[in-house]
Amino acid sequence: MTGADQLVDLAIVFAKAGLVAVGGVITVLPEIKRQVVDVHHWMDGPSFAGLFALAQASPGPNMLVVTLVGWRVAGLAGATVASISLIMPPATLAYLMASLWRRFRGALWLRDIQAGLTSVTVGLIAAAALLLAEGSASTLGAATMVVVSSAVLVWTKLNPLWLLGAGAALGALGVI
Amino acid sequence: MPWARRMTVETKRWLNEDEFVDALAMCQIIPGPNIVNFSVALGARFQGLPGAVAAVTGLLAAPMFIVVCMSIVLEQVADNPRVIDALHGMAAVAAALVIAMSVKVTLPLVRRRDWLGMALACAAFVAVALLQLPMVPSLLVLAPIAIGLERWRR
Repeated sequence: MTGADQLVDLAIVFAKAGLVAVGGVITVLPEIKRQVVDVHHWMDGPSFAGLFALAQASPGPNMLVVTLVGWRVAGLAGATVASISLIMPPATLAYLMASLWRRFRGALWLRDIQAGLTSVTVGLIAAAALLLAEGSASTLGAATMVVVSSAVLVWTKLNPLWLLGAGAALGALGVI
Repeated sequence: MPWARRMTVETKRWLNEDEFVDALAMCQIIPGPNIVNFSVALGARFQGLPGAVAAVTGLLAAPMFIVVCMSIVLEQVADNPRVIDALHGMAAVAAALVIAMSVKVTLPLVRRRDWLGMALACAAFVAVALLQLPMVPSLLVLAPIAIGLERWRR
């Protein structure tokens, strides 16, 4: 496959993802993984999980995983194309709606859309969580780390960077 | 997003509290990263297209640069099994981050005893996670049903 073809594929995959990313990039994570790993074979499952972990450890929005996938597939051009393709469809909508902001204030149909999409988003985030848990809990140690970290994150306000650091350290020591 | 609120409402006073809430609601019904949409809308409102482009560039340029640099460093040592194991450890925590997020967004539905909301969430979960249906058609079917039912309930 030539470089240009790959860029076109990246653009199509991520523009589609951007279009259906209700509630943020996490909700399309299963679809992105399916496209990247199963459909286009750009990398294997663990590599994708590694990129996602790296993106989570970096400052900035969740969408950075898309930048990294683009980078890994086609370097700087790939990172740029993947990121812009993801942003373009929603950003265009946001741009068009910006001028209508005030007119919508308190509109009931707006609340219906928000409530409906919120519920669907809750289910989609749960789907992404299950997929990631399945992918990373390959050993008993890793599964324990997933459960313990989840509990800590739900019940405490500990900065996740500490946990990511602990995960990396325990991993390097061969505990996980 | 909390940081965006502090900057735009409290520090710079570009928006008042109500305007911020409205803007956020708008961004949440548009697909895509909320913070990106918010930047576009805010930039567009003050300076049109150049404002929108400037806002998104400002938001993303540094994080993208940093994450790519981290990736480059990692690629240099990618053959080291220790590094691969460390990444596996981090991936376990990254999964936990999404699990915790999932718990936190589900709890309000449960606390409100929002049976319709929970049913819709279950439908989305079953379609994408268990039946592994592709996301685009699933959403095109589920979203209108969800919005329609919310309207009917009101």
